[in-house]
Amino acid sequence: MTAKNKGLIAALVVLAALAAVPWVFGSFTVSLFNDIGMATLVVLGLVLLSGVAGITSYGHAAFVGIAAYAAAWFNTELALSPWLALPGALAITGFSALIIGGLTLRLGGHYLPLSTIAWGLSVPLVFGNMTMLGRHSGIADIAPVSLGGAELLSAEAAFYLIWVAVAGTAVFCLHLLNSRVGRAIRALRGGNILLSSVGANPFRVRLTLFVFSALLAALSGWLYAHVNRFVSPAPFSLHASIDYMFMMVVGGMNQLAGAVVGAGVVLALKNVLQDVLPLVSDHAAQIQAVVFAALFILLLQRARGGLMGVFARLADRLPGSGAVSGAVPAAPLADPLPKRAMPPKGTPLLEIGAVVKRFKGLVAVNEVGFDVRAGEMIGLIGPNGAGKSTMFNLITGTLELSGGRIAFQGQDITRRSQREIALMGMARTFQHVKLRPQMSVLDNVALGAHARGHSGFLRGGLNLDAAEERRIYAEAWRQVDRIGLADQALHPAGSMPLGTQRLIEIARALASDPLLLILDEPAAGLRKPEKKALADLLTRLREEGVTIMIVEHDMDFVMKLVDRLVVMNFGTKLFEGAPQAARADKGVRAAYLGDAA
Amino acid sequence: MSWDIALILSADGMAGAAIYLLAGLGLVLVFSVTRVIFVPFGDVAVFAALTLAFLEAGRWPPTIAMIAILAAVTVARECVALLQAGRANRIPRAILGWGVLPLLACLPAQLLAGHALPPLVAIALSLLLVLPIVPLMARLVFHPIAHASTLVLLVAALVLHFLLSGLGLLFFGPEGFRTQPLLRGAVELLPGFLVSAQILLMVGAAAVLAGLFFLAFERTLIGKALRATAVNRVGAQLVGIRPEWTATLTYCAASLLAGIVGILIAPSTTMYYDSGLIIGLKAFVAAIIGGLSSYPLTALGALAVGMLESFASFWNGAMKDVIVFSLLIPALILRSHFSHHSEDDIEEEEF
Repeated sequence: MTAKNKGLIAALVVLAALAAVPWVFGSFTVSLFNDIGMATLVVLGLVLLSGVAGITSYGHAAFVGIAAYAAAWFNTELALSPWLALPGALAITGFSALIIGGLTLRLGGHYLPLSTIAWGLSVPLVFGNMTMLGRHSGIADIAPVSLGGAELLSAEAAFYLIWVAVAGTAVFCLHLLNSRVGRAIRALRGGNILLSSVGANPFRVRLTLFVFSALLAALSGWLYAHVNRFVSPAPFSLHASIDYMFMMVVGGMNQLAGAVVGAGVVLALKNVLQDVLPLVSDHAAQIQAVVFAALFILLLQRARGGLMGVFARLADRLPGSGAVSGAVPAAPLADPLPKRAMPPKGTPLLEIGAVVKRFKGLVAVNEVGFDVRAGEMIGLIGPNGAGKSTMFNLITGTLELSGGRIAFQGQDITRRSQREIALMGMARTFQHVKLRPQMSVLDNVALGAHARGHSGFLRGGLNLDAAEERRIYAEAWRQVDRIGLADQALHPAGSMPLGTQRLIEIARALASDPLLLILDEPAAGLRKPEKKALADLLTRLREEGVTIMIVEHDMDFVMKLVDRLVVMNFGTKLFEGAPQAARADKGVRAAYLGDAA
Repeated sequence: MSWDIALILSADGMAGAAIYLLAGLGLVLVFSVTRVIFVPFGDVAVFAALTLAFLEAGRWPPTIAMIAILAAVTVARECVALLQAGRANRIPRAILGWGVLPLLACLPAQLLAGHALPPLVAIALSLLLVLPIVPLMARLVFHPIAHASTLVLLVAALVLHFLLSGLGLLFFGPEGFRTQPLLRGAVELLPGFLVSAQILLMVGAAAVLAGLFFLAFERTLIGKALRATAVNRVGAQLVGIRPEWTATLTYCAASLLAGIVGILIAPSTTMYYDSGLIIGLKAFVAAIIGGLSSYPLTALGALAVGMLESFASFWNGAMKDVIVFSLLIPALILRSHFSHHSEDDIEEEEF
């Protein structure tokens, strides 16, 4: 039985058990399940946003509140039916998320969380002070959702509505994570440079994800308004946002299933405490708040993987559950992805003209110029501090030029962004390997083909991208096979030795169908056999017609490989020509060995 | 709005700015040395204010019980950690540092509480009582995750706020308190424009403390050690600065600053157990204007926040907090415009 089948069976069992809940339990417990379902919707969004992509928001209860109030207002003031109010509630919430995200997601680190704290505090204050929203007493007498003429008044009736929404959302999220956009989302923690290098727009991925998670909160808010039929500011406070986050951490923040586990455990525990604590003390509510806060802190310190993390560790101990083992599925058959037209051999592909880079007073690169021609392998070498890495960053668009001009395929790319240059067909690797350690080798390589697919967020979530995904994975398999890792394609990339990780980076770059492959110190830190494997791969690639530029510190490694060498020292070009000539050149020898040599 | 009203509002704004300046300095200090965005700063200020109110009323301050419990939990945890690490010989030191020392700070209050105390003595006792709170809390909450990402630390800090306000409610109860003003009367600054002496005291105290803060940072060896840790943790460690030590020192300084903030604000604002978050967050708006790193810009931000709050409360008292928070929007736009898109600041770690 494959892992996928196991998951499917588990999901079906859970669904069947859930479907039976209204038949087994009384209204009180069914209401608790309704609350769990509504919370799960919010936490699903948080798992994607915070758990997977590493963006923290303390404003999600406020998003729930905006949608709930919007639905309430549309229904009571404009007498719109709940179904007509739904798009309005979603639109208002989505728009506010768009504005907050647009303002803060470009800024690094803590600006988003801090602004969402202010947001999470402000929104309930606004609710509580607006006359049209009923101030602190809120809005009452909201109509229940009606379905085919029947009003879903009872907790049992609402149960199915809520859990159908939860199941639909969960399936959407699951498909989303396994789509082209999902790979980009999973790679977000790897940083902006990584995503830009495969042609993805990290800001846009973040913003879409943020708005999406706010929309899930909005769906929950709409349900809340029509199920409870009453809204007031209190349930949308900052404290509620923290509760959602608590549920996420309890469940296991990088697992979708953790959302429902976390919401269930936390809300059930709350219920029990509400029953038990008043028997023990007069200050039940305060003690509950303190106990929850203390538990949350303990979880952060001891078990950030949450309950799902604990389950996973237990499952690993069971016999016969080795991580990934045995038969590896064969590469899927699919039409190959479209390829770029290769420029004719020998035509200038990259033209670097008198490039200058100044860091304040320091001139790191001073009027360096050379060409790279299609089909050749060129090496850019120089001792430490020669300006090679700066040069690399200038070519790939990671740094801005202070002067000079760079053209790629005859087009000026001097002012283009890193992402635009990547989209034109320049693929790079990183000196400090940037793979996503938790993702499989295959997924890491498939990320490289990001710009060759077109399926967006919705297509991914609705699973309408299967044909394109097959083509992307066929390409990824081809590249994994090319570096000789087909039998380990499903292992996590982080478990591979450094030399193999460098090869995976090359495979990822190749998956983008590049015109120029540019490698940043590929041999750094490699052992001798690893270096040989790398050299063999590069030789093969050149024979296949790939244009390669190697920026390298290790002179020996490059000498034997390349057709032509450019040598830099102290930011200037020292030499350009055949490797043998470089060996004989006095200047090069002085630069590498000192003047006496 | 007439000139008179504008002047009065400005004076109130200056008083607010003084509070946010001190709190903002504390926040920037804690963040730069420990990477913790110390949201519960305001809660500690509230504890100081409430402690003072209890002492003034001749009641026994429940802060003592709170510290005793905190110290006991910390000592227990330290001992367990030391036993597990096989360093039992350090246990006496841990008991001394985390148990006896905090209780020593409680001793004067324990002896003097219930008597009629001169105002300055009551203030000194309150400051002394609040002093161990942040170091103890930080030892319990932040020390075990000192290497986690900023975001994890921020979550922990926010949760700590809810923990502290819960404790505040348990120990101090739900009613609000106002303390006696330190100075009564008013000073005529301009003809016909009276400013209460209390406001002048707040502004003066903030200015003097900010100056001292600056001097301590620039001129003393301890200040330099803190700055070194802020700039480069590993580098500081290599030259013999122990990060645990600088962190504890920083938290002590934060505790003291929070205490002063609480003492200064309590005569003019009624303090409840949960008033802290809003104070802390407004100071954050100031600190964000300063990019969480620049002290002079934080001072400017504090001035903006104080003034805006004062004028906003005149226009719409209920929404003044929302208006102050909306100051974040231009601040963030400016910051995103001027920040050179820093390379890769995304943290790899879980969360």
